[in-house]
This record gives sequence, C-alpha cells and structure tokens, in this order.
Amino acid sequence: MAIDKHITPMLDQLETGPWPSFISGIKRLRDQHPDARINEMTNDLLGQLEHSYETRKGYWKGGTVSVFGYGGGIIPRFSEVGKAFPKSKEFHTLRVQPPAGNHYSTGMLRQLADSWEKYGSGLVTFHGQTGNIMFIGTDTQNTQHFFDEINEYGWDLGGAGPCVRTAMSCVGAARCEMSCTNELKSHRMLVNNFVDDVHRPALPYKFKFKVSGCANDCQNAIERSDFAVIGTWRDDMKVDQAEVKNYIADKGRQYYIDNVITRCPTQALALNDDNTLAVNNRDCVRCMHCLNVMPKALHPGDDKGVTILIGGKRTLKIGDLMGTVLVPFKKLETEEDYESMVELAGTIIDFWAENGLEHERCGEMIERIGLANFLEGIEVEPDPNMLSHPRQSSYIRMDGWDEAAEAWFERQAEAGK
Amino acid sequence: MADMREPIESGCPDPWQYLHPTMRKNFGQWKYHEHPRPGVLLHVAYSGDKIWTVKAGTQRILDVFTLRKLCDIGDQFADGYVHFTLRSNIEYMVNDETKVQPLIDALEGAGFVVGGTQNSVAMISHTQGWLHCDIPGTDASGVVKSMMDELIDEFRNANMPNRVHITTSCCQINCGGQGDIAINIQHTKPPKINHDLVANVCERPSVVARCPVAAIRPAMVNGKPSLEVDERKCICCGACYPPCPPMQINDAEHSKLAIWVGGNHSNARGKPTFQKLVAAGIPNNPPRWPEATAIVKRILKAYKEGARDWERVNEWIERIGWPRFFEEVELPFTKYHIDTWRGARASFNSSTYIRF
Repeated sequence: MAIDKHITPMLDQLETGPWPSFISGIKRLRDQHPDARINEMTNDLLGQLEHSYETRKGYWKGGTVSVFGYGGGIIPRFSEVGKAFPKSKEFHTLRVQPPAGNHYSTGMLRQLADSWEKYGSGLVTFHGQTGNIMFIGTDTQNTQHFFDEINEYGWDLGGAGPCVRTAMSCVGAARCEMSCTNELKSHRMLVNNFVDDVHRPALPYKFKFKVSGCANDCQNAIERSDFAVIGTWRDDMKVDQAEVKNYIADKGRQYYIDNVITRCPTQALALNDDNTLAVNNRDCVRCMHCLNVMPKALHPGDDKGVTILIGGKRTLKIGDLMGTVLVPFKKLETEEDYESMVELAGTIIDFWAENGLEHERCGEMIERIGLANFLEGIEVEPDPNMLSHPRQSSYIRMDGWDEAAEAWFERQAEAGK
Repeated sequence: MADMREPIESGCPDPWQYLHPTMRKNFGQWKYHEHPRPGVLLHVAYSGDKIWTVKAGTQRILDVFTLRKLCDIGDQFADGYVHFTLRSNIEYMVNDETKVQPLIDALEGAGFVVGGTQNSVAMISHTQGWLHCDIPGTDASGVVKSMMDELIDEFRNANMPNRVHITTSCCQINCGGQGDIAINIQHTKPPKINHDLVANVCERPSVVARCPVAAIRPAMVNGKPSLEVDERKCICCGACYPPCPPMQINDAEHSKLAIWVGGNHSNARGKPTFQKLVAAGIPNNPPRWPEATAIVKRILKAYKEGARDWERVNEWIERIGWPRFFEEVELPFTKYHIDTWRGARASFNSSTYIRF
C-alpha cells in the first residue's frame, strides 16, 4: 500500500559513501517490509529524524513504561512532535540481556527478528553501551506482547534506571589465550544473583558489573563499571624460550628490545645474550603487554584468579573515576569461590544502598566518605595494593595507630607470611 | 490483572548453547593467536584445533533485513554461529581455512566492511542520538556513518602504530565512553528554562542536587515555583536537563562538539587513562559533520606518522609532549585546556621537564 513518504534530503546524504548506512536500512523497512504498520512507523521515524537534523534538536521524552511485574528494562520514548509523526509517537526500546559474551546462533537471531517484526519497528542493535540488545521502537502495548513472547523462549529484560544493570563480559576463554578466568560464569553468577535489583529499580543509581579475562580489559571494566572483575595470575608467567627465539629470528633483536624489554612498565624483563627472555616475576604487574607482542611465546601462569576493582564511572557528577582495587587477587575455582564473590557484591550493594545519596554512584560515595570508611563498612581489611601510594597529607588523627599496626601483623601471621 | 502474565526472571542467558562447537570444545584451552590479514584472526588451541574469525563492521542500527542477511552469511559459511564485539562488529568463526576468503567475499559483496582487527581504526563506539535518546545534543549514528565513510581504509587495514578506539557521545554523560579519540557534545550556554513547566514536570530538590557546581536554586518566577540558574557559576554541563526537561540545554547554535584524546582502557604498558580535551567550538553540523571529521583525520595522520610501534595515542603524546602535539595537529592551545575541576593541580607541570 502507498504511504505518504516524508521528504528527507538531509538523511538522504547519509546514504552515500562506502560505510553501511543505517538510513538505507530504515528506508528498507519503510519501502519493502510487508507489514504496513512497520512501513508507517519507520516513515514517521524518518520524518522526525529529518526534523531533528534540520533543527539540531532531539524530540523524544521519557515517561513510565514497563512490563507487568517489572519496574524497569524499558526506555520509554514519547515524541514531542507526535502530531506531525503520529505512527512513531510511541517508540520505546526494550533492553534485553544478551547471553554472556555476546554469542548467538543464527537460528536464535532469526527467532528474535521474527518476534520483533510482529510487534516492533524492525530496528535492533547488538548492543547498547551498557551491553543490552536494544530492540528500538514499539508502542506501550506491544512492549508487553514482545516481552511476553521472547521471555517464553529464554530472554529477559536488562536494567534501566537506578538498579543493577545488564553485565558485560569479553569473549574470554571461549576464544582467547589471554583469558585467566571463566568470564561467562562470573558474569552470569553476579548479575543473575541480583535479578530483583535488575528488574525493580530501587538503588541510589546504576550499578554495573563487567568482566574482562585479562588486564587488556577489552570490556572497559575498570573505567565503566562499579564492580570490575579482571582475570590475572600470581605464579610465574610461562615462557616458551624456543618461541622467543623464533620471534627474534623473525623481526630481529632490536625490535624486541624496543617493543618488549623497554616497554615493560616495571622493568621486569631482560633479553639475554642467547636471545632468551629473563623475567623477574616479583616485579611483573601482569600488564599483558609482552604477552600481546609475543602471544606464541608468553602465557599467563597456572595459578589464575581475578582482581576486583570498585567504583569506575564517567563524568557526572564529581568527575571521572577509575575503579579502585578492592581485592588484589581472588581464586575462582570452586562454587564457594564464586559464591563468596557474589556475597561481596551483595555486601557492597547493600552498604551503598544504605549510605549512597540519590543519584550517587558507588565510586562517588567512596570518594565522599573515604576509602578507609568504605572498607570498614564492608569489612574488608586495607591492603597496600589498593593505593598508588600511601597518604601524603599529614592532616589525620592517628591515635589508633598501635591497634591498627598490631591487627596488620596478626593478619600477616594468619596468612602465614 | 488476571490475564497478565508473570515474567520469568531468567536473567542473563547461558551462552554455551551459542558457542561455535570448536570454541566449546577448546574452552579455556587456547594457546595463541595470529593475525593472517586485516579483519581475520586465527586462534590455535592446545589440542591443535584452529579457528579463524572474520570480523565485519555494520551500520549497528540494524533493520531485520540486514540482520537476516548477516544470519544467511553465517549459515552459509560459519556453521550458524556469530559473536558480537564490544564495538558492535559482527564476528564469524570458521574452522576451515578455505572458508575464510569466500566468507570475506560474501560479507564485502553484501556491503559490510571486513576489518577492525589489531592496529586498525576500530568501529566508533556510540549510542543513539536524535534517533532515540531523550537528551541528545547531536546524532550518533549519523556522525559515525559520516566519519567511518572517511576512515574506512583505516578500518580495513591495520597499519596504525597500535589500535585506535574512537567514541562519540551526544551529551556529557558520554555513553560512547573513553577513547583514543572522543567526539563529544559540549554545550556553551546555560539552559533555557521554561518556567511555566518546571513546577509540574521537575522534582525540584533532585534537580538542585544534580548540579555539580551548585548553580541551581529554587525560585518563584512569574508567581510560579520554578528553578533559576546562576549563569556565572553554570558550567553548561547539561546535568539538570535529564531530570528537568524544561531546562533545555540543547541549542542549535551553541551546542558544539569537542574532541578529546588519550583515553585508554587497557593496562598494557601503563595504567588505564582518561581522555584529555584538545579541541572545542567545533560546529555541530549535520548531516555530515565535516569539521569534526577533518580534525579527527589530522590527529590520526599525526599519530600514524609520529607514534612508534605499540604506542597508543596517550603514550605517543606522553613521549612527544603536549606542546608538540598541538603543533602537529595545528590546534590552538587556550586557557580552556587548563583544568579547573577537583584534582586539577595534579595536571600542572611541577618540574623543569620542557621539550625544546
């Protein structure tokens, strides 16, 4: 059937050039999709988007839409110019949690596509920056229908609002030799133990879990998550000296001096005269650089585990914060190991829920109350790995020093050090 | 309510069923990888099994036709399994080397772009912009399409000194995240307040609390309870706009683009770093944003020519120094580059380390 197509001279300019065009994709839905509902909806979407391009303004506003039983997971969008573009005046997004590590079968993607074109606009993104599959564009009623349908075959909503958000993990052990942990397991254990906090926003603000299998941190966990789990190891790095020699034979000694030896951040490496590599494992900080350059020759050790950092976030409100080391090393082998990590996350979320201000991220709360008070609140003992360096300000009352020092020695003795 | 269906709170699905069988078999048992050509990775397991990954860039906002086309390619060449990367690229895994070239040909033939591996300019990470966001100062998909059209050769090849992650964000919340190069909206005027609506739409104490510089206070305007902004204090960040849409921060003329460089998430060689401001006042100029792209290309050119192997943008600048960076990319250095926020002092040079 013929629809009255909006003229989109500005958007049309985004159909030229070699990179795939999202505008061409939306037009395909408008012009070629058999369902008139989708043709009309995407036509009005293009009309509103063109209007934004002309006026340099956005015209969506939020609201309250959820599915039965949940309080979040939907990004409601109502058009402020709905009179001109009525068929897309409600254009909500469903945030759906992807499988850990973002793996799919084409069969499952087709099933999701079939469901989505029954109820939605036909536009979808893998994935939004929080890590959700974004099903972009449906009205309030169809939000429920689409959710009901995909929820029946295994898909659940992610977080939106002040809640535990959808987690992310790297491809990890599934296809990467750098992986030091079972990323998929940590990801699912963590987020699936807080489903209530995902679906019913009641926290001070968002709380994100991200898992990277090594310090290359492909998931940007340290900067972008409140609870970052990063794979590492604590025994010696594995060195295959024959492969080291092969690398040197290939690119020359100078290349490896310039790009491996001198680039080690703690000068833990040396190249011997016989072209073997000497590693001072006590000085190594597991930064991953030399493994990245020589992946055939160098590998993580066998005594693997994770480092946990807390409180990463972007600008608003107090400025950017990287996560801070909370647990320098944690084994994740037995079920109890994983459960104790989940328990730690629960303790932190509870403490923050009680002490965080409205719209205050966990890292901002730590900044406000002080790391030492936070540690006391969650009953974690201070550790020098948590700091770049000890305090430089003398403005501190320290009459509890003797007890604190004694407690340190007791803990060291308990740990057998 | 009787007919309402209770949700099944299943949470995050188990990916095991969606892993390529070779990945399932060798889970946690990978030995090393190689980079046979741009866009392709080869992973070798201790078992001797090999898997080739072909990575392709897409338009990210996928219509179901495009999604099904990607699935068709996966069925035909890659055993029906796919993986999406953090930057929304699609990856196909094959365990037979002879399938790699036909897979690449099929992807390129269908209009997708194979690349994005190792030392390439990776796909720009971004979110929604005008297409769907409620607070955007610009579009995201359009900016990215325009830039990737110009950077496509750097995506297809891998001849930068190290990988380059570009991000773009339509407000200071910065959904795109930290990047080697980040193109973000920077508002330059305080919000314009529609005082007739504030009392009904905004929870005024929360809006007051959102302001990072305490520039907002409750006020009666035209006999109605509203909010006012101390414009001498206001930093034009836009934090008040999401909780209070009548405080319109987006402005067709005064919402500009700023470019930041040197954000790096990896711990390799150095601790993760935040991006630093290098350029601002760039026009927010749809549909193609040529001014922003031109600066990005200048930065990339200087980096490509000047950086040593493995240096990310932040490391390159750390070595050559900021004065030379500004010189090489022909950008002005201004008082606005001097940080004024908490911790600013740590960014001052308290040494005699000067390059001549």
